[in-house]
Amino acid sequence: MNLRRTLLTTRRIMQQIRHDPRTIALLLAVPSALVGLLAWSLVNRPGNFDALGPRLLPIFPLIVMFLVTSVTTLRERTSGTLERLLTMPLAKAEFILGYAGAFAIVAILQSALVSTLSYTLFGLSHQGIPWRNSAVALCAGLLGTAFGLALSALATTEFQAVQFMPAFILPQLLLCGLLVPLAQLPTILRYIANVLPMTAAVHAITPQQSTTYYLEQFAVMVGYIVGALIVGSTTLRRRTR
Amino acid sequence: MSHAPALEVSQLRVVRQHHEILKSLTFEVAAGTLVGLLGPSGSGKSTLMRSLLGVQTITSGTALALGERAGSPSLRRRLGYMAQGSAVYLDLTVRENLSYFSGILGLDPSQVDHVLDVVNLRTFADRLVASLSGGERSRVSLAVAILGAPALLILDEPTVGLDPVLRQDLWNTFTQLARDGATVLVSSHVMDEAARCSRLLLLREGQLLFDDTPTKLLERTGSSGYDDAFVRLIKGAQ
Repeated sequence: MNLRRTLLTTRRIMQQIRHDPRTIALLLAVPSALVGLLAWSLVNRPGNFDALGPRLLPIFPLIVMFLVTSVTTLRERTSGTLERLLTMPLAKAEFILGYAGAFAIVAILQSALVSTLSYTLFGLSHQGIPWRNSAVALCAGLLGTAFGLALSALATTEFQAVQFMPAFILPQLLLCGLLVPLAQLPTILRYIANVLPMTAAVHAITPQQSTTYYLEQFAVMVGYIVGALIVGSTTLRRRTR
Repeated sequence: MSHAPALEVSQLRVVRQHHEILKSLTFEVAAGTLVGLLGPSGSGKSTLMRSLLGVQTITSGTALALGERAGSPSLRRRLGYMAQGSAVYLDLTVRENLSYFSGILGLDPSQVDHVLDVVNLRTFADRLVASLSGGERSRVSLAVAILGAPALLILDEPTVGLDPVLRQDLWNTFTQLARDGATVLVSSHVMDEAARCSRLLLLREGQLLFDDTPTKLLERTGSSGYDDAFVRLIKGAQ
């Protein structure tokens, strides 16, 4: 493990993103516009946006970072750049953490913009603490990145990689408590829902809980991030059959 | 310069999905040689190159590069590789690509300008690779491969699809690199490129059909051209 090579990789990915202004605009504008649309649609139902808005915050980084990471790493695998890097003195962990670093930066920028607009322009008055919301958004972004890295190994085309998104995200969206409160789910589904990363992200946004409760939610998310990054690094092979 | 062979391949076999891609290859290459690896597509050229790089699992036999088992970590700074397809980042500039790869190799930043001069791409340094032509992209890929003046260069079909002028330029570069002491292994299916090599390995269906100098190839087959020599060699083997 060498920090310099990890940071070089992060910088290289940021340079790639910088050369693609349309992607930057989509990464930043789409989540903000969607939250704005939600706020507008609930304007005749006072209090509803305050309840729903914050819980949607982690969902955007999760989806967006999953998509962006799975497509870019698949591109590394198919274009030959990954093979070239692995013939050089780059450790797999440096490659993986380089990606995690780059997309963590994007996740922070994205959530900062969405939060700022939510609390100002969209009139959100939520009792949550902004820094905790930002931490949740960062974890959600890293979850998306970690799972994108791992699942991209299963895809052979970008088309397939994109198809993993609904398979990975939608079940979690159905079970995370946004549509049906966890207490009202059938027993088996409730057990499953309780250990899903998106449920932990939504729980961690819920205001007025105990410190232990929040720590538990963050522990679940960090556990998934680390686990998925390790799985992701095992999918990088220096040698193929 | 060391007189140990740069490449030592002994009874190398590679079986992939029940197909025997390489059938017990044995050869040695001295350091500082420009070797042409020729053969029709599907003959196993890329698999042999990937075995020497250490990215291909070997079924049996041995492949040593610069005296070490192919794929050993200490080789990762002494070896340059250019794969088929450019294997550079299209959404970065030429310079950003080279800076990244040279940073990973731990090289001095001045290396970037040096290799840009070698492949004659200085004026393209700040262009995005995506905006370059196929030939220019190949040269970017070659520039990455020669970063840090590696002792062994493995170039997989570097001239494919390029115009004759550019092919000539690239072969001049390979010749110069070998003259500077590097061992250069270049694969191609254009037989006329054989003339530029000091040593030829002709591969067909995973077997070495010929291993000698280009002049010997013409003598042995009684041909005047390399295309003809190769056809005669294959017919003779059948």
